[in-house]
Amino acid sequence: MQFDSWSAFIAMGGYGVYVWSAFFVTFLCFGILALEAVWRRNKIREEAQRQQARSERIQKAKRESST
Amino acid sequence: MWRWLHPYAKSEATFALNQKLLPWFLIPGLVLTIVGVIWGLAYAPPDYQQGESYRIIFVHVPSAIWSMGFYVSMAIAGLIALVWQIRTAELALLAIAPVGAVLTFISLFTGAVWGQPMWGTWWVWDARLTSQLILLFLYLGVMALYVAFEDERAGGKAASILALVGVINIPIIHYSVYWWNTLHQQSTITKVITRFESPSIAPEMLWPLLVNIFAMMALAGALVIMRLNNELLRREVHRPWAQAILNQEKKENQNAV
Repeated sequence: MQFDSWSAFIAMGGYGVYVWSAFFVTFLCFGILALEAVWRRNKIREEAQRQQARSERIQKAKRESST
Repeated sequence: MWRWLHPYAKSEATFALNQKLLPWFLIPGLVLTIVGVIWGLAYAPPDYQQGESYRIIFVHVPSAIWSMGFYVSMAIAGLIALVWQIRTAELALLAIAPVGAVLTFISLFTGAVWGQPMWGTWWVWDARLTSQLILLFLYLGVMALYVAFEDERAGGKAASILALVGVINIPIIHYSVYWWNTLHQQSTITKVITRFESPSIAPEMLWPLLVNIFAMMALAGALVIMRLNNELLRREVHRPWAQAILNQEKKENQNAV
């Protein structure tokens, strides 16, 4: 461990703003990309279910109208 | 080559391979990130000239290296798409581009917040910084060209060509610090490969840096895999294999809740 205390760790020898903003932005970017990918997958799944339900409804209506 | 590549022209084969690969990228990526970041921030020794500010290296160098590495992989996908007319390769290109653009942005941002305390400026128009900015524009250009055409295949072709032409920028970025006078320091570790020189960094700093380099490759690779699989599913949502996977996922989600 290179730092004596938490406050020294946060201060980064006076360069805290630069070091922490670099790490923060990096993690933020990866976090946004990951969340976007998961969110997109859920959207695709919802859309597919809507379409499946719709085609089932149409099939059912066709069957009922033909009998 | 053809026999090896051909099965993955089928989207379901690529999807299955990706699903198998994903945990091998995601889990080591997360573990190595935790190890590498803590090691780099808390345990690596301070630099004798730059003090603690040099710790930005642990995100700056990995993002800069992979901004170029992912560009090359994107161009290879473009080449495969152009030569063999494989649509999955076009989708791979489309999946890599935003991740590569974000890596390039990270390298520019972390470079700026490193430049301010060390050089006294956020930005200079010198060869290294400018060529890296051009790399960001190339990524954005590839993404824009892909969607700029009415016909999607035409867009994929145009984006592939731009990706291939843009490869010329990669050696320019790497050698910019040797060819021109620049504020940016010279290569520290990639010269092991390109100039056969030993790395000019103490091993106490080199090891956490290597951990972070591999961590970022694994995590960015996982993001590319996730994006490519989303795109494959979205395009083939009416086909049975995609519907089976989506229904399966829905069941798993319900069981989890």
